[in-house]
Amino acid sequence: MKQFLSFVKKEARHILRDRRTMLILFGMPVVLMLLFGFAITTDVRNVRTVVVTSQRSPQTQQAVDRLAASAYFTIVATVATPKDAELLIRSQKADMALVFAPRHSGVQFIVDGADPNMAQQWTNYAQQTLATAHPLPQTTRLLYNPQMKSAYNFVPAIMGMLLMLICAMMTSISIVREKERGTMEVLLVSPVRPLMVVIAKAVPYLMLALCILATILLMARYVLGVPLAGSLWWMVLVSVIYIMLALSLGLLISNVAQTQLVALLLSAMVLLMPVVMLSGMMFPVESMPQILQWIAAIVPPRYYIDAMRKLMIMGVGIGEVAKEVTILSLMTALLLTIALKKFKTRLE
Amino acid sequence: MTLKYLIQKEFLQIRRNSFLPKLIVVFPIVIMCVMPWVMSMEVKNIRVDVVDVDHTVESQRVIQQIMASNYFVFGSQKATYEEAMKDIEKGQADVILEIRDGKYLIAANAVNGTKGAIGSAYLTQVLASPTVSEGASTLFLYNKSQNYKFYMIPALLAIVMMLMTGFLPTLNIVGEKEAGTIEQINVTPVSKWAFILAKLIPYWLIAIFVVTVCLLLAWGIYGITSAGSLVWVYVLAMLLALFFSSFGLIVSNYSETMQQAIFVMWFFVVCIMLLSGLFTPTRSMPEWAYMSTYINPMHYFIDAIRTVFIRGGGFTAIVHQLLALTAIGLFMGCWAVVSYKKNS
Repeated sequence: MKQFLSFVKKEARHILRDRRTMLILFGMPVVLMLLFGFAITTDVRNVRTVVVTSQRSPQTQQAVDRLAASAYFTIVATVATPKDAELLIRSQKADMALVFAPRHSGVQFIVDGADPNMAQQWTNYAQQTLATAHPLPQTTRLLYNPQMKSAYNFVPAIMGMLLMLICAMMTSISIVREKERGTMEVLLVSPVRPLMVVIAKAVPYLMLALCILATILLMARYVLGVPLAGSLWWMVLVSVIYIMLALSLGLLISNVAQTQLVALLLSAMVLLMPVVMLSGMMFPVESMPQILQWIAAIVPPRYYIDAMRKLMIMGVGIGEVAKEVTILSLMTALLLTIALKKFKTRLE
Repeated sequence: MTLKYLIQKEFLQIRRNSFLPKLIVVFPIVIMCVMPWVMSMEVKNIRVDVVDVDHTVESQRVIQQIMASNYFVFGSQKATYEEAMKDIEKGQADVILEIRDGKYLIAANAVNGTKGAIGSAYLTQVLASPTVSEGASTLFLYNKSQNYKFYMIPALLAIVMMLMTGFLPTLNIVGEKEAGTIEQINVTPVSKWAFILAKLIPYWLIAIFVVTVCLLLAWGIYGITSAGSLVWVYVLAMLLALFFSSFGLIVSNYSETMQQAIFVMWFFVVCIMLLSGLFTPTRSMPEWAYMSTYINPMHYFIDAIRTVFIRGGGFTAIVHQLLALTAIGLFMGCWAVVSYKKNS
C-alpha cells in the first residue's frame, strides 16, 4: 500500500510540475464554458437587411420601420433593384433583402441561403415580424430551455469531450512517454507489481478529472446559469463510470502505441474526432445516414452526453436514464477487462 | 542551395516515419467521405407525439399531414399530456402536439435550442398550410436546394487544412527537440530563415495536395463544385496554410514536450475555430466576442471561401479578407523565425 501511494505521489508530481499543461488543463474547461455559454449562439441577431423599393409608400415605410424596430434585423441599405441587393449579398455586405414589388402588394424575401438553417430561421422571424397582427390558433411552448440558450445543450457535451480527452489522452501519453524514455524499464524491474504501476498512473488522472468535473459543474451553475435540475449524486456517479471508461481506453491506446506521437494521433483521431462528430454534441445523430448511426451507437460519449442532458437539464430521475447508464457500465466493464488483459508486463 | 537540402531532409523525415505518410493521404479522404454526412445540422426526423382530445375531422387531417411530412416521424397518440411528457423525458419524443377545443399547443424539447425552434416552426407551417400565408414569398439564393453539404464542404476544407498544416508542424520542431536531433541543426551554419522556411514549405505542398484531394472528392462523391473561380480557392487555402504552419512552428518553438505543444495548439485551435463562424454565425455573438473575429484568420478564411465557393464571388468580393489573411500570415511567419532560438 505504501509503495502504491508513493507511486501515486510520483505520478501526481509528474503532472503538477508541468505548469503549462496544468494551465491548459484547467484553462481549457473555463474558456470552453465561457465560449459556448456566451459567444457561440445560434440566436437570430443583427441580420443585415437590404430594402429594395423603387418608390417609398407609407405602406412600405411601415413594414421597414417594423423590421428596423425589432432586435433581429438591421437595415443596412436601400437600393432600387433586386440585382443591386443580390450584389450586396454576394459580397457579404448583407444577409437578406426585402423586396417590395412595384405593382402588386406582396413582399418577397431574398435570402442568402448558404446556411440552410439560419436562412430558414431568418425568414421565419421576418415573416413573424411583418405578419399583420391576427391571433394564431396555436401556442408554442419551449420546454426546459425557453430562452433557447445554447449553453444548455453544450455544457453536457463539453463535459463528455473534456473528460474523455483528459483521461484517455493524458494517461496514454504518460505511459507511452515512460516507454519512450526508457524509464518504464526501471519501473517494471522494481518490486512493485506491473499492474500497480499502471493503476497508480491512472489515480492522479482520476482525481484531476473529478476536479475538472467540479469546475465545470460550478461554472455551469453560477456563471452560465444552467440549471442542475437532477440529483447531483447521480450526475457524479454517472461521470465516474464514464471517467473509468476513458481511463481504460487510455490504457488500451498505451498498449498499442510505442511513441508519444502515435499515442497522441491515435487519441486525437480515434477518440477526439468521433467524440466531437458522432456523439450528438454538435450535429444531430438522427439526421445522419443509417450506417453512421450504427457507428455512433458504439461511441461511448454519446450515451454519457445523453444521460447528462437528461439528468442536468431536464431533471429526470435515474429511471429515465437507465438505458444509457447500463450501456455505459457494460462498455466500461468490457474495456477495462480488455485493457487489463492486454497489459504487457514485458518490454519488447 | 542549402534550402533545397533542408527541404529534402524534411521530406525524408516525413517519409521515413511509418505513420505520417499514411495519415497525410488517408486522413483527407476519410474526412471528405464521412464528414459531409455527419456535419449536417439539418433538422429532420423530429418525433412527434400527438395528444388528440378533440377527435375531429380537422385534428385527423393534421395527424395525417404530420405522418406524410418527411420532417416528422409520427411517434404515437397519447391520451394525456402527462403521458406524452413521459416520452419526452425518456428521449423518445421531441415535440408534443396537443389538440384541445380546436386550439393547438406545441411543446418542444428545447434543450437543443435550434432543433426545438425549427421543429416547432415546421409544425406551425403544417398547421397553417390550408390558409395560404399572405402574399409573402421567399427566394433562397445560392444554395437553392438547401443542401447542408454545400455549406459545410468549405468548412471541412478549413478543418482538414487546420489539422494537417497546423498540427504536423506543431509536432515537428518539438519532436526534434525531444529526439535530440535539433542539436545537430543548431551547430550547422544554416540560418534561421532557411531552417524555418524549409520546415514550412513541405507543409505548403501538403496543403496543395490536401486541397486538391478535397475538391476532387467533393466533385466526385457529392457532385459539388465551386461556384466561383478555383484560383481564389487555392489562394485562400495557401494563405491559411501559411498562417497555420507558422502558428504550429511558433507553438513548437516555445514548447519542451510534445504533450505540451499539442495541448497548447489544441487550445488555440478550438478557440479560433469556434469563434470563426464555422459552425455558428458570427453576427449572433455578443459584441466582445465579435471583436475577436477581427484578428481571427479563420474567420476571414471562412467568410471568403464561402463567398467564393457558394456565392460565386470574385476578387472584389473578397479583397478585404485576402489582405487581412496575408497580413496575419506574414506576421506569424516572421514570428516563427524570430521565436526559433539556435542557442538553447
